[in-house]
Amino acid sequence: MDFSVIADNLELYLEGLATTVSLVAAALVIGLCLAVPLGIVQSSRNPLLRLPVFCFSYFFRGTPLLVQAFLIYYGAGQFAAVQGSLLWPILREAYWCALIAFSLNTAAYTTEILRGAIVAAPYGEIEAAWACGMSRAVTMRRIILPGAFRRALPAYGNEVIFMLHGSAIASVITLIDLTGAARIINARYYTPYEAFLTAAAFYMALTFLIVGGFRLLERKWYAHLRARDQR
Amino acid sequence: MLDLKGYGPSILQGALLTLQVALLALAIAVALGMVGALAKLSGSRIARGLASLYTTVVRGVPELVLMLLVFFGGQVLINRLGDLLNELAARHGLEDRIYIDYIDVDPFLSGVLTIGFIYGAYLTETFRGAILAVPAGQLEAGRAYGMSRLQVLQRILLPQMVRHAIPGFGNNWLVLLKATALVSVIGLDDMVRKAALAAGATRLPFTFYLVVALGFLAFTTVSVLILRWAEQRYSVGIRRV
Repeated sequence: MDFSVIADNLELYLEGLATTVSLVAAALVIGLCLAVPLGIVQSSRNPLLRLPVFCFSYFFRGTPLLVQAFLIYYGAGQFAAVQGSLLWPILREAYWCALIAFSLNTAAYTTEILRGAIVAAPYGEIEAAWACGMSRAVTMRRIILPGAFRRALPAYGNEVIFMLHGSAIASVITLIDLTGAARIINARYYTPYEAFLTAAAFYMALTFLIVGGFRLLERKWYAHLRARDQR
Repeated sequence: MLDLKGYGPSILQGALLTLQVALLALAIAVALGMVGALAKLSGSRIARGLASLYTTVVRGVPELVLMLLVFFGGQVLINRLGDLLNELAARHGLEDRIYIDYIDVDPFLSGVLTIGFIYGAYLTETFRGAILAVPAGQLEAGRAYGMSRLQVLQRILLPQMVRHAIPGFGNNWLVLLKATALVSVIGLDDMVRKAALAAGATRLPFTFYLVVALGFLAFTTVSVLILRWAEQRYSVGIRRV
């Protein structure tokens, strides 16, 4: 194996790294912003409210991310109305299409994670909040959501890693992310091991960073659960 | 309704291939997962180390990258081996009888092997948890009755760990099923690629990718129903609180 090819093209990989990180980070932020209200709706008892959210999350969790990205990137152009609309400059660009697909995908999974965490709120806490005179909205904001975020943290950490790994399909819709950079190097020099092992190493480093970050966050958020002398 | 312009049968063919890839990969993943879980729980430090390395590396890298590595890397590896063999044959004057031509790696094989290899790592963790959930005293009791290790595995461990493994196994199967869409990237004619071909010919990409999405939804829905049934069946005799 000869990794000098990689050293000569490190810039391409760094460019890919920037694309991957920016796509995943933006998708996670947008996805989380969508998932909080959707998760609250999903945990309500009103079936009429729940049905549309359920359909959304069922569709995005039941189909491959690759198909979702194709549906948005290639599919949007099928309709003349879309091509004539203000949205077309966005839907024409692979980057924005990937971002939309990733955001909706992670929003769907995060909605379910949050729903589970909200439903698991101890009833005593809610009763106590009402007894203190808090309204439903205030109870949700002050009591249920903070606890739900805490309970959702481990599952959400996994979701972040899945999103990172899922983002590799951005390379299939012409973007040059980490995987895209590796595919270019492989095509140019025919060095599959060097090209893909380098990308794999980058992904692994990112994965470990995420795992470490979530461990720190858990330490902070679960501090009240540890013995006093270990805080 | 959706007008498929005569591409319906072609997509159905692709759907069958998708199912084939998924089921074969699942068989490999289950075998690897069981071996990995037993290795992780074994007394041998080497076995534990290897199993940890396997699960850490595989779960740290995207499926697509591993698949491209196996597909393109396997191509290079096999042809280098072929060249080596040809050289060896030439040195012994056997080049008339032994000559290996350029070999193309089969995308079906590399897809199935890679997906099986990847989800073997995820199932290792699932099975490890399920094995740990079976009370150790029961396994010891089996040994005390004079059963061999294999008998304990077959009579006591497996029947009980199935119940604990089903939820995690079900999740892994659903993710695996969706991961098969990636084999279209290495040129296998699965449901996604058939749809891409049809979309290119008819200029109706939205229609065809929607059909594929609905196909996957049908697969997952059926899977969820079967898994729910299996969970109930293997929980017979368990008291619910």
